[in-house]
Amino acid sequence: MNRSMTEPASQPRDGPPPPGPEPDVLVRMYRAMLEIRQFEDRVFDLFAEGKVSGSTHLAQGQEAVAVGACFAVRPDDLMVCTYRGHHECLAKGMPLRTAMAEILGRSTGCCGGKGGSMHLTDVSIGAMGSFAIVGAGLPVACGLAWAAQHRGIDQVTLCFFGDGATNIGAFHEALNLAAVWKLPVVFVCENNLYGEYSPIATTTPVADLAVRASAYAMEHRIVDGNDVEAVYQDVAWAAARARDGAGPAFLECKTYRQKGHSRGDPARYRPPGELEQWLARDPIVLLRKRLLEGGQLSEDDADKIAAEAETAVREAEQAALDDPYPDDASLAADVYAEAIEP
Amino acid sequence: MRAGGETTFRVAIRDALADEMRDDDRVVLLGEDIAAAGGVFKATEGLFEEFGGQRVRDTPISEQAIIGAALGAALNGLRPVAELMFADFVAVAMDQLANQVAKYRYQTGGQVTVPLVVRAVCGAGFGFGAQHSQNPEAWFMHLPGWRVVAASTPHDAYWLLRAAIRSADPVLFLEHKSLFGKAGTVDDDRRPRLGQAAVRRDGEDVTVVTTMLMVDRALEAAQEMERRGHSVEVIDLRSMAPLDRRLVVRSAVKTGRLVTVEENPRECGWGAEIVSMVAEEMAGELDGVRRVTAPSTPIPFSRPLETDWLPRTENVVAALEAVLRG
Repeated sequence: MNRSMTEPASQPRDGPPPPGPEPDVLVRMYRAMLEIRQFEDRVFDLFAEGKVSGSTHLAQGQEAVAVGACFAVRPDDLMVCTYRGHHECLAKGMPLRTAMAEILGRSTGCCGGKGGSMHLTDVSIGAMGSFAIVGAGLPVACGLAWAAQHRGIDQVTLCFFGDGATNIGAFHEALNLAAVWKLPVVFVCENNLYGEYSPIATTTPVADLAVRASAYAMEHRIVDGNDVEAVYQDVAWAAARARDGAGPAFLECKTYRQKGHSRGDPARYRPPGELEQWLARDPIVLLRKRLLEGGQLSEDDADKIAAEAETAVREAEQAALDDPYPDDASLAADVYAEAIEP
Repeated sequence: MRAGGETTFRVAIRDALADEMRDDDRVVLLGEDIAAAGGVFKATEGLFEEFGGQRVRDTPISEQAIIGAALGAALNGLRPVAELMFADFVAVAMDQLANQVAKYRYQTGGQVTVPLVVRAVCGAGFGFGAQHSQNPEAWFMHLPGWRVVAASTPHDAYWLLRAAIRSADPVLFLEHKSLFGKAGTVDDDRRPRLGQAAVRRDGEDVTVVTTMLMVDRALEAAQEMERRGHSVEVIDLRSMAPLDRRLVVRSAVKTGRLVTVEENPRECGWGAEIVSMVAEEMAGELDGVRRVTAPSTPIPFSRPLETDWLPRTENVVAALEAVLRG
């Protein structure tokens, strides 16, 4: 398969395509993508202003993977993601306010300020964890799915990870276990073409990471990760088969990280012109065009949604900035669930 | 489980697993060769036959996947008990154990509980060499979030494993391979709690703090010291995390002298923690302190070398003599 990296296309399929999102859902997905973009842009600025400590790993340009996948599963399905996971947590339904408060280290954050940007978690919406060790989420996704299988409930676990994770041992152990136990997991590889600072081709001998699933006799597909409808369709297909007991599937979503790896990484290692080519295929631009052409939205509607998204993020940000930091008592809390009598 | 009957350490473990599985459908076992094979040390013998392959699940040789799957299952309504075969293999899964399991509850602000148990067979004395004989309890004592159990009798193994499975927190349950054949009874009374040490022998002159295989050696040393006219108190920690600080400190205050006996290299072994803990409470009141440890080498294979590596009764006697001389 010889395709230009900047013109990803979903792999052709044998049968008819699985159903895509209903028009009203697609409009909600558009709003979610705009909120995520605005959110990530604000976190970028807040970091530069010194209001966010530690590190942040942003996902501008990768919104279609998160939104397409999370909208294709049910609210009671589970999801794990990575330290670059704001977009996936928000797409799964995490409120902007609790996500922003967590990143700002406030007590009102989803983890009470104990986790931070790399560990956003909200089990009430099935966002079961953001993993800051590359590949660590995959075995845990297997366990979440194993419990669902064991309990006889038709719950599916979405497992997001990056291209870099496909070179770590936990990835292979987890794919093998998921395949041999036929676990209801949808592995979603967000191939943004860079493992931290290194282009994928310098670290990985295969251009299409999806082929790695074939070593585990696992269904796999290459997906245009900037096409939110394509992601939705393939995740809906994979989730439906997993729910039916057919086991896991692997989706390689080709996309692009528009910012650097973390903090203020200016990403000077990128070849000239690459970013511009990808910006032309920005997932939000593509979806807006499609919604306008399809008549689901007018220019005015689209602009209004964008303005509303911006306002929602600004309001969440201001509320979070006004929120208190955790009190001293929370430092020692929650190391254990049960106190032990001395 | 028939209370009061004679049993062994190994059977006590199997009975604890079986009884918890009978009491609670959420308890599931996973690990390498634990199902039809009954486990490398036969600690799960018969459980596959009674509970079936869905609750006694063989895994690939994939320690990261085993621990990660146990964590995920614990987060989603099960109470998994993972067997890691040899305790040395925790090193293969250390990211899951140290970075994920230990911190999951804390870093999510208490949103989740992680009710999982990792069973692992530890200890030297069987000629298994450097990678199948270690005691990793100190590694885990340095990881807030874990509880660590290191029992020395069938009674304690039975009740502490049941308590570990019922605990809402992760527990590393260590099983010393040299203790599997140890006989004893499991009684209905004197049920130990997690975090509760036991006084195995009362004494007035010196406190010995130890665990697992070293308990019997410490008791032999105490007997020898009795013949020499000294009264030695022997404490079996049973739980390494949390430590039973109150019991240890109370004993040390009474005797004024402290000897720790552990099957580990010396540097940063848990004996150092016990000594520090007591020293902080007693300041200058402590009349003598010794740590009995293994030498700071990997565990050798050849029988005479391995025998030499393990602390022996006479090492404990020598340490006791030294603290009594002052």
